[in-house]
Amino acid sequence: MLSALPRPWQREFNPCIQCGICGGSCPLGHAMDSTPRRIIHLAREGLLDEVLRSTTLWLCVSCYTCSARCPSGLKITDLLFPALRDAAMTAGLQPPAEVKKALDSTYRYGNPFGEGPRKRLEWTKGAGVPVPVISQLRRPVEVLWIVECYPAYHPRNQRQAQAMARLLTALGVDFAILGPEERCVGDCERLAGEQGLFDSLVEYTTSLLNRYEYGEIVTGDPHAMNSLRRIYPGAGRRPPVRHYVEFLADRLDALRPVLRGRIPARVTYHDNCTLGRAWGIYDQPRALLRAIPGLTLVEMPFARESALCCGGGGAGMWLDTMIWQTAHERLSDRRIAHALAAGADILAVSCPFETSRFEDALKSTGNEGRLVVRDILELLDESLTARSEVQA
Amino acid sequence: MKIAVLLTMVPDLVEELEIDASGTALDAQWLRYVISESDDHALEQALLLKDRHGASVTALALDYGDVEQTLFTALAKGADAAVKITPMPEGGPRRREAAAVFAEILRRQSADLVLTGVQAINDLDGHLPGLLGGLLDLPYVGVTRSVEVAAAGGVIVQKEYPGGVVAEISVPLPAVIGVISAPQPPRYVPVARIREVMKTRSISAEAAPELGAQPAPAIRRMFKPEPAGQATMLSGGTEQAAQELAAILDSRGLLR
Repeated sequence: MLSALPRPWQREFNPCIQCGICGGSCPLGHAMDSTPRRIIHLAREGLLDEVLRSTTLWLCVSCYTCSARCPSGLKITDLLFPALRDAAMTAGLQPPAEVKKALDSTYRYGNPFGEGPRKRLEWTKGAGVPVPVISQLRRPVEVLWIVECYPAYHPRNQRQAQAMARLLTALGVDFAILGPEERCVGDCERLAGEQGLFDSLVEYTTSLLNRYEYGEIVTGDPHAMNSLRRIYPGAGRRPPVRHYVEFLADRLDALRPVLRGRIPARVTYHDNCTLGRAWGIYDQPRALLRAIPGLTLVEMPFARESALCCGGGGAGMWLDTMIWQTAHERLSDRRIAHALAAGADILAVSCPFETSRFEDALKSTGNEGRLVVRDILELLDESLTARSEVQA
Repeated sequence: MKIAVLLTMVPDLVEELEIDASGTALDAQWLRYVISESDDHALEQALLLKDRHGASVTALALDYGDVEQTLFTALAKGADAAVKITPMPEGGPRRREAAAVFAEILRRQSADLVLTGVQAINDLDGHLPGLLGGLLDLPYVGVTRSVEVAAAGGVIVQKEYPGGVVAEISVPLPAVIGVISAPQPPRYVPVARIREVMKTRSISAEAAPELGAQPAPAIRRMFKPEPAGQATMLSGGTEQAAQELAAILDSRGLLR
């Protein structure tokens, strides 16, 4: 028997009415040996051994559907799953291999890829505009841009970071990045249940953010926004933290005149879970897309609050093998079918995880060439630089 | 059973290695160190023996390259004691000296079983564990993938040979074992546990013995692989390229 959990979360889940909406809503609920409802019931009965050894533990990809729909308002995504994963790892149960590697790399190098801090600036070489590093500027800036790990290191996501640099420059925004000093904000590590790692990342990034002066923080990573805005100590007291869709949507009047290139395509927008269900940000990304000349926005069968997750949130990017072995499917494969059903030429996204997930899904479902996947940043940048290379 | 695990730090290849101005050594400015992979497996092997048979595990390491982080992690994973051997030259001693230092310290520690990685990225020949066995006059088996306690005493190890052949060998104790891999991947230990161990446990220090002059090779030149620039690209159609390729192979005496 594993040690009991004398943790505040047990009190948090006493109000559960055992209605089962969580399990019924969960896109991977069918593959779980115990749904979140049953997990809560078992935990209340003290059957923690069964809970911590359940496949359910590593099937959650933090899509926030259960949390958004729970009639008792329980924080299943933010509290239940991280606490259970933390308890499992503390009891010596090993996380799936890819999660282990990502957590270990984040602890050692500050990013889940296990890349060197010096390589964090590599992407700027392809930006075509200067990307100032705040420690070298030695003055306050209007916008401190938290680039985060995937846009800094992942070859596909580097294009999103480069597009963002060109957009900020075109809008005349006084911005800077943290550069090699930046480390992972840690939202996915938190959701993966690695509270100790998250605490150490919070300590590091908080002290780094306190070292500089800036008007606000902007990031292209919804997960970074989520933790910085809601979980970090002092969140709300420091300068505001916004995702780029919010930042740019506020500057539509300045943006419209520079968006000269037409993108005559049918575009559908995938609401990512963190901006959508966790923060209710649905209109700004659509407003940005509508600002692009020639573009027609179409909606998928499941949009906004009912959008299906790409499967990459929380620790999902590091759970693909485990989830495939257990559920025999990837959520990104299912989601691509929604985009194709909408008759879209382009699937637009606003989270770094999604470009590569959906591009992989197009290949693995035999739909390559029927659709292209672009971050909103890339579409805005293509219109800005009057390139029209977007063709399915 | 008392198990000693020897952990060595090796250059972390996550950053590009650079050669210093002397042209005979790595530039230490950007160099960071990481536990040698097979030593991490040796630690896992020791902890598995502890889990199954209740052994006491002491992790020993030479004091260079962020070794405290590695030793605290070993404690957090379940080692009973951690020892750093100090002082050490920056970047650590050569393997022969390392073996002599470990041998001196192990004479004081009286371990039943000494586990360490069979090789490291800066010791591909696997000198350290073999030298150690010789210096301590103990049996040595290297390239093991499993170490189990034998009912009749001693341990039974599985040693890998080329071609996928494995031998099971009975080894009397005390002995030195060079581990290539543990039966399971090195365990993950939550960061909270490491942080707690850093606050509540301590690493003991052993004075490095005076060794006197040790035989050592002189490095004349250290360099990165240089592209030979001798590739010949064959153009034209498949037929023509095949004929040219055959002619080249023939001219080198490679066709019979």
